[in-house]
Order: sequence, then structure tokens, then C-alpha cells
Amino acid sequence: MNTLPAQPRLSRRFRLQYEEAQQKWVLLYPEGMVQLNQSAAEILQRCNGERTLDNIVAELEGAFGVTGIAPEVRALLEEGQRRGWID
Amino acid sequence: MAGSTEPGPPLWLLAELTYRCPLHCVFCYNPTQHARLRDELTTAQWVDVMRQARALGAAQLGFSGGEPLLRDDLEELVQEAHRLGYYTNLITSGVGLTPARAQRLKDAGLDHVQLSFQDSTRELNDFLSHTRTFDLKQKVARLIKAHDWPMVMNCVLHRHNLPHVRKIIDMAVALEAEYLELANTQYYGWAWVNRDHLMPTREELQRAEAEVKAFRVEQEAKSEGHQCRVLFVVPDYFEERPKACMNGWGSVFLSVAPDGMAMPCHNARDLPGLSLPNVTTSSVADIWRRSQAFNAFRGDAWMKPPCRDCDERHKDFGGCRCQAFLITGDPTQADPVCSKSPHHEQVVRLVKQAPQGRVVPIVFRSDDESRLLHPQAMP
Repeated sequence: MNTLPAQPRLSRRFRLQYEEAQQKWVLLYPEGMVQLNQSAAEILQRCNGERTLDNIVAELEGAFGVTGIAPEVRALLEEGQRRGWID
Repeated sequence: MAGSTEPGPPLWLLAELTYRCPLHCVFCYNPTQHARLRDELTTAQWVDVMRQARALGAAQLGFSGGEPLLRDDLEELVQEAHRLGYYTNLITSGVGLTPARAQRLKDAGLDHVQLSFQDSTRELNDFLSHTRTFDLKQKVARLIKAHDWPMVMNCVLHRHNLPHVRKIIDMAVALEAEYLELANTQYYGWAWVNRDHLMPTREELQRAEAEVKAFRVEQEAKSEGHQCRVLFVVPDYFEERPKACMNGWGSVFLSVAPDGMAMPCHNARDLPGLSLPNVTTSSVADIWRRSQAFNAFRGDAWMKPPCRDCDERHKDFGGCRCQAFLITGDPTQADPVCSKSPHHEQVVRLVKQAPQGRVVPIVFRSDDESRLLHPQAMP
């Protein structure tokens, strides 16, 4: 329903944290927890309100030696926005 | 499967710091014998429990009660919980949340506040809680927002306030709650004692649910302004299938009562056949992994027909053990809310016969009523 912000930022209403017992990154919020897969965690960790979508894609492609992941990153951010994770 | 595989981590720790409460709510789920349960863990004991549970993997921590603000070490506990990496939730009536304490809790790292309301009107709020707390709760809600906490407003629903649902939603929006939990009464503790007075009709429920749906559509249509997520907790007596209670016994939820009793569900104290462990005498790891109580209904080996052969048994885990016990007298039965249960008719009757039960007065939660209901001291 909304377009993605130019520089996506993880909402202050959610806390991103690595959980040793689950061996996973999770998002914590009032009375809830979302377990993230690795790619979602890598994307959300880079949503600091300074990087653009293109920055995030370039960084991830460099870090993991992959190409063409822009559609996947965009889809995750749109889903995150729908769920209120992204400001 | 009991004992055959290691359970996953207890992701949710509920710390019921005290059963003391300044309110007298008729639908409280605390044990009705609370006046006989005066012992409370010390600060050091709670800190130890939090450390142990965190090491096992607990990530969400609810400080609840009774009224947790009655503990003057709450700030200290929150600070330690924050340091340990918990996401900390304060579940409160609001009584005792002064500006000074709010600031100290903010400094201690408290993440979120859940504030209870009884109704959108002063009259009913104050009647149902038997206190003059409506105005105070409004003030506390503004204090919560002033400290930039995400706020969950919780309102227990029953036949007295179901017609006010829209006004309750409007109040939550006006107070800028991020979430509103419209929690249809679950019949345990004081709510079980008062069930006839609280039980709505199906029509009352349907009207309320329609109002909730209409609000969601309205909110979806507007692109700006404050967004409030409204949760309508299913009134299970009116359903054909039980709730997935606690997401399965001993699966993710660990509750520790004021006296240190550890329970897979905060209402499990009265279930027969359980030897409930205590954090003062067992380690949290032993309690979670090996205690009789936490393994009693873990998995599906304990199930009887119709659950045993039901293809939905891993979806709802047989429903609620406490409800099975309260209604059938046997905690190993299927939750009688389920239409497949041979005892389902009793749930239907509880709903249908509620109006005839209203000849006895409603019972406000209090120490005196607690002693009347439990004349003998508990062992």
C-alpha cells in the first residue's frame, strides 16, 4: 500500500537480536518474537536509515559473492514494511 | 514422547512477582486461594531464576502478578533482565506507575508496557475492578506514551462490556496504543467463580466481532494517522475446536509464581496428579527438561481418545488441561470445548444456563473472599 522508503530503517518498535539457544536472529516486539532466516537477518541488519536499497543489495552481493538479489531484497523489505518492521 | 527427546528452549518466561493486587477484578485468573499464598521470592532469587532461564534460551520476559508494581525491587529486576538481553514486558493495572517510577523503569531498560482497562466507561471500569481507577489509567496511558514505550492495552471482554467494543477501540486509538488485546474472558480463577455473570450470548459476541472487523476495514482504508492493531482473543466456549493452549504443554512457556512454583501454565497450580517443582529447590534446567510436571502433558503420549487418534492433535495439542479438569474433573481428557469431546455438551450447557446462575451475587477478588472460598490453609 506504501512505497518503500529511500533509506529503510528498522522500526524502533522492533529489536533485532541473535539468540544463541535458537542459533537464529530474531525480531522481538511486545509479547512476540519472529525467527528470521539468514538472508532476512542480513538484510534487516543493514536497514539503518542511511543505506539505500541499492547500497544494501551491493553490500550483500559483495559480502556473499552473489548477483541479482535485488528482487529478493525488495520483496523482504516490502514484507517487512507490511508487518511494520520498516520505517 | 515424554522424556524421549529434549524439549526446545523455554522462549517465554512469565515472572508472576506477587499475587497482591490493589484491584478486585471479578474476572481475574489468579488462583482464588491467593490469600493463602503469601510467600514471595526475594530479589536475589528472581535474579537467579532470570539468569538460569536466559541461559536456557528465554527471550521474552513478562513481569506480571497480581500487580508487579507492588514490588519495590521491580526496577532492579528490570535492569538485570535488560542486561541479560531479555525483551522486558511490564503487565500492569497502572496502579503505582508514578512519573518517578516510570522514569526509573525507562532508565532500567524496560521495553514495553501492557496496561489493563476494564471498560471505556468510568462506571463499569470502576465497578468491575471495585476501585476508582479509570481516570488514573488514562493518566498512566499518557505517561507510557510520554516515555515512548510501545503500549498494549488489554481489556477483558464479557457480557457487560461487549456492547462497548467500538468505544473501547476508540479509546485505545485516542490513547495511541500500538496494540489492543480484546481478550474474551477465559474461565479460570475468579472468572470461573463468576462465570455465569460474565458469560455473553453468541449474538453479543457476534455483534462485537463484527464491530472489530468494521474497524479493521476502516483503518486499512486510511493511509495516515495512528495505527492500532486490534487482536480479538477467541472466546473458546463458543468454538468447535480448542485453543492451542500455551502452544503445547512445556513447549515454549515457563511460568514462575510468586512463591517460586514453576508451572507450564500459570493456572496449573490446582491440577491433580502434578508434582509442581519450585525454583528454590530445583534448577530451572531440571524443571524444564526433567520434572514430572513439565513432562506430564508434553507431546502426545498422554492423550486419550478422541485426541489420540485426531489428525489435529499437533495443531491444538488437545487444548487446555486446566479447562479439561475444571469441566470434566480429569485433566487428561480432551478440552471439552472441542465438539469431538464426549463432554462437549457440558460447555454448551454452561453457556446456556448462565442466566439462571445469576441469582448468587458476583464475587469481587479480595483476601476475605479468598479465605471464604478456601477455609483451610493450603498445604
